Amino acid sequence: VCHLALKFLASSNRASPVYRVTAWIAGVSVEKRGLLFDLALVSDPHLLSVVRAAIEKLTEVAGFSPPECRAITRAVDEALANVIRHAYGSKLDERIEISCKKITREIEGSKREALEIELLDWGAAMDPEKLNPRSLDEVRPGGLGLHFIRDSMDIVERRRVEGANQLRLAKFLSEKESIKDHQGE
Amino acid sequence: LQISARRMDKVTIFDITGHIDLANSPELRKVLLKELRESKTPRVILNLTGVRYIDSSGVASLVEGLKAARDQGLRFILYGLSPSAREVLQLSRLIKIFEVFENEQEALA
Repeated sequence: VCHLALKFLASSNRASPVYRVTAWIAGVSVEKRGLLFDLALVSDPHLLSVVRAAIEKLTEVAGFSPPECRAITRAVDEALANVIRHAYGSKLDERIEISCKKITREIEGSKREALEIELLDWGAAMDPEKLNPRSLDEVRPGGLGLHFIRDSMDIVERRRVEGANQLRLAKFLSEKESIKDHQGE
Repeated sequence: LQISARRMDKVTIFDITGHIDLANSPELRKVLLKELRESKTPRVILNLTGVRYIDSSGVASLVEGLKAARDQGLRFILYGLSPSAREVLQLSRLIKIFEVFENEQEALA
């Protein structure tokens, strides 16, 4: 079994501007659980580039096309930026967790693989009024992040769970890629 | 993010390198607005060849730059957009409000 584990610095201290990245890639035991990638970081915007690099690589490995890789990366980046700015009010040392899983759903009789990305934060609950993207007919700065997220992903779901904001994003692989995956099982 | 300026007779070109995101878009905004307020050239060009990624806050900074340029009666031009940068401008439908060129030669023409 090819099992590659990457660990970049371990610390989950919420008061410290260090972060923990733990990734498991392509291990069979991991595949069964569906978990591809787990990451915890503090709410420092300078870490967004680290997350983008990781998500972009993960989407490549998962079999998405280059435009899809960029779209998923953009959605996660914008969602994280929203957490930092709105849920945590730009505080730099609050905890954010990201979990990426491979899931399978049956759509119109065929099995489709998807990448599911879950973001968790313990900041202020999102104001439902602010979750409606603005009209794109207006030429003004700001308010575009939600458009980018919705445009990029097939599933966007938000919940408030025991004091945490949970955002679930999912993107289906093309039918061709899903079939290739199932033949390989 | 690295920003440097080349000033010529009638044009100022900003060479921007790096990712434009929440961490550094305020810096880009500040530099652009200062330059546009004090600009002595009728044309300001942003060389984005070295920019691989722009997020929504970066797009907002570009829109503010464009508005400030229009207020001063200046042209505000972009060139060298990466696929990712082009996609965000297309998704936001803002690509049509910017003057966008492929390369410096076309931007200067």
